[in-house]
Amino acid sequence: MKLKQLAAMALTATLAAGVASAELVIPDLSYRTGPYAAGGTPFSDGYQDYFNMLNARDGGIGGESIRIVECETGYNTEKGVECYEATKGEGALIYQPLSTGITYQLIPKATADGIPLHTMGYGRTSAANGEVFNWVFNYPANYWDAASVMVNYLLEENGGDLSGKKIALIYHNSAYGKEPIRTLEELSAMHGFEFTQLAVDHPGQEQKSQWLQIRRERPDYVLMWGWGVMNQVAVQEAANIGFPMENFIGNWWAGAEHDVTPAGAAANGYKSLNMNRIDANLPVFDDIRTLVHDAGNAAGDGSNMGSVLYTRGMYAAMLAAEAIAKAQEIHGVSAVTPAMVRDGMEALEITDARMEELGMARVGPAFSVSCQNHGGSGLGIVQQWDASAGNWVALTDYIAPDMSVIQPLVAEDSAAFAAEAGIEPGCL
Amino acid sequence: MLYREAGDFKTSYQEDSQTFPIAFDRYRYWAVLAFAFLVVPFVINDYWANAILVPFLIYAIAAIGLNILTGYCGQVSLGTGGFMAVGAYACYKLMTSFPDVSIVIHIILSGGITAAVGAAFGLPSLRIKGFYLAVATLAAQFFLVWLFNKVSWFYNYSASGQINAPERTVFGVPVTGPNTEAWAQYLICLVFVTVCAIIARNLTRGSLGRTWMSIRDMDIAAEIIGVNPLKAKLTAFAVSSFFIGIAGALFFAVYLGAVEVGEAFGIQKSFLVLFMIIIGGLGSIFGSFAGAAFLVVLPVVLKLIGVDLLGWPTDLVAHFQLVIVGALIMFFLIKEPHGLAQLWRLAKEKLRLWPFPY
Repeated sequence: MKLKQLAAMALTATLAAGVASAELVIPDLSYRTGPYAAGGTPFSDGYQDYFNMLNARDGGIGGESIRIVECETGYNTEKGVECYEATKGEGALIYQPLSTGITYQLIPKATADGIPLHTMGYGRTSAANGEVFNWVFNYPANYWDAASVMVNYLLEENGGDLSGKKIALIYHNSAYGKEPIRTLEELSAMHGFEFTQLAVDHPGQEQKSQWLQIRRERPDYVLMWGWGVMNQVAVQEAANIGFPMENFIGNWWAGAEHDVTPAGAAANGYKSLNMNRIDANLPVFDDIRTLVHDAGNAAGDGSNMGSVLYTRGMYAAMLAAEAIAKAQEIHGVSAVTPAMVRDGMEALEITDARMEELGMARVGPAFSVSCQNHGGSGLGIVQQWDASAGNWVALTDYIAPDMSVIQPLVAEDSAAFAAEAGIEPGCL
Repeated sequence: MLYREAGDFKTSYQEDSQTFPIAFDRYRYWAVLAFAFLVVPFVINDYWANAILVPFLIYAIAAIGLNILTGYCGQVSLGTGGFMAVGAYACYKLMTSFPDVSIVIHIILSGGITAAVGAAFGLPSLRIKGFYLAVATLAAQFFLVWLFNKVSWFYNYSASGQINAPERTVFGVPVTGPNTEAWAQYLICLVFVTVCAIIARNLTRGSLGRTWMSIRDMDIAAEIIGVNPLKAKLTAFAVSSFFIGIAGALFFAVYLGAVEVGEAFGIQKSFLVLFMIIIGGLGSIFGSFAGAAFLVVLPVVLKLIGVDLLGWPTDLVAHFQLVIVGALIMFFLIKEPHGLAQLWRLAKEKLRLWPFPY
């Protein structure tokens, strides 16, 4: 045991010596193994490929080259903490853990260490209140936005009236899945629909009893907060009990190609939210193809390009790169620190014109970030799976959430956190 | 040469029955303790604390706890994860309800609460044994995780069901929460490990430990010679759960800081601790440490070699890790079914004869 520790100590020592400081270090806490790998892999591919493309095309950001440090978490919080500790010493600028569980671990740690955390469309929803969560950002949208967007969509479908309807939520029994419950309860009281909850335990392969209950209670709509293998099983089970697919709506983590393809034609008509428009012909993909994939630097096997989660990973990388560029602009130096990147994130403004310039026109909503609002605009679209064509079809334009419901909830939850953690709300 | 009892005369019963009767062993023990208390805190950094040493120390406490139940008393338990969860949630409720009381007292109290819960779930052991008892403790595992997910009182009605450790100090130094220094985190775990190991060692070689071992070796014979199985089995469950509860409280408060019950204390945690004591050595305190070190350090070392040194893709290394750890477990179990502790014992035997083996 001592020999092993010595060996490891020697290893870390050599590693620490070999680190050069004049580059932008971006850790990628990915998961390409375990029950959530199907979602983690394409996201990580997109995240890394975009940074590699910037390196090849522009020589990095503002003349500073980017170094990606990948660390496998397996969606496991203990490994996530280990990855965070292993990478933060290298000068990590921004973390994107892609796991609500790991996010909860990292919020206090990253705040204490002064490293910004971008939890794009996941994590702790009340982090949208930037006065309490100075170092945490969840733009462009969060879970409570997603819940409200879903209900707004259903309201529109039903002529503005949901009273007497039955809506069930099937969710991953974890912090991730429980996030929308409070908002949906609030919305159920407001719009008069009957709301039931069905929990699915990690990893989500056992859902027979939940779908039996759905079959018995016959809800009008089923909403889903699922991730990883749970999504595929849920779509299959819904098909097995003959639940009408067009009344089954997943959130944006339950709406990728690999979630619906296992069920084949039976998945036709399944709906989900998305924060991005899916378009495999975006000009940015051509750049990635020629500069990264053809050069043999693809992060994965290169097969995921243009898919839902690949696009989202690339979108996350774009937001990080824009924030770093903004930070360079604000502070007038190219070798930025994590604290400067935080300033860049807080001053971030994404416009339609800028996205077009970057070769990804309308890939996400236009939004701006401020100290008070770390959550962006909260817009989302509804997309539907076309099984015969094998692609997602956007049904709507960006739908706005009901901020009059969400804002008080965010204020309440962040105030509770501030009281518990002894934080004095305010801007940095 | 160095390692022998020849010439090491004992003049009192106390000296004769001490934990380390051989002088060299004794010095080594004090040297390890001195190194751990006086050197490591000065050189430790966040990475070493969070990736290796703190989890190692905490799992060592859990392994000692399970070893008392399984290794010494022969009662197979698959409820370790659930009992760790009891410790963690007890600690959280105590920390948030009584913020003025010292965290050390909270951690000990959480151990006590877990002991009570463990003794309650140990009641079936009076009627059933072996595989059937394993299944009964498995029920405890699932029930407890379900309970902490279902009843929102346990997580103070937070929207996400997560529990977060607020900042608490010992002698003015924060030991929980984000501002904890690596050395403080390490030292509080080290103090608990040391005290727990000393208590466990002395319990297991005293009369209580002997009754446990007699139950393990043959319960009917033990009953005939006057061992009370009710008392022996329930104390084993209580003492074992006490240690596991302390491990759970430290795991939540000091190591992770935020915990989700299904993910942190699921069935895989029960298996992990069980593997630790099987690989380390059933019925051995040293084995608990060796097993915990093996299963905590090995994945980290493999990752360091694979990703950082050889530059392999992270997913490949993660998959290899499973293969290698699995293969090593099988190798050890075939080559040395009594675990790393037995290897250590054999090494000591060889050392005694060295350099003139016969």
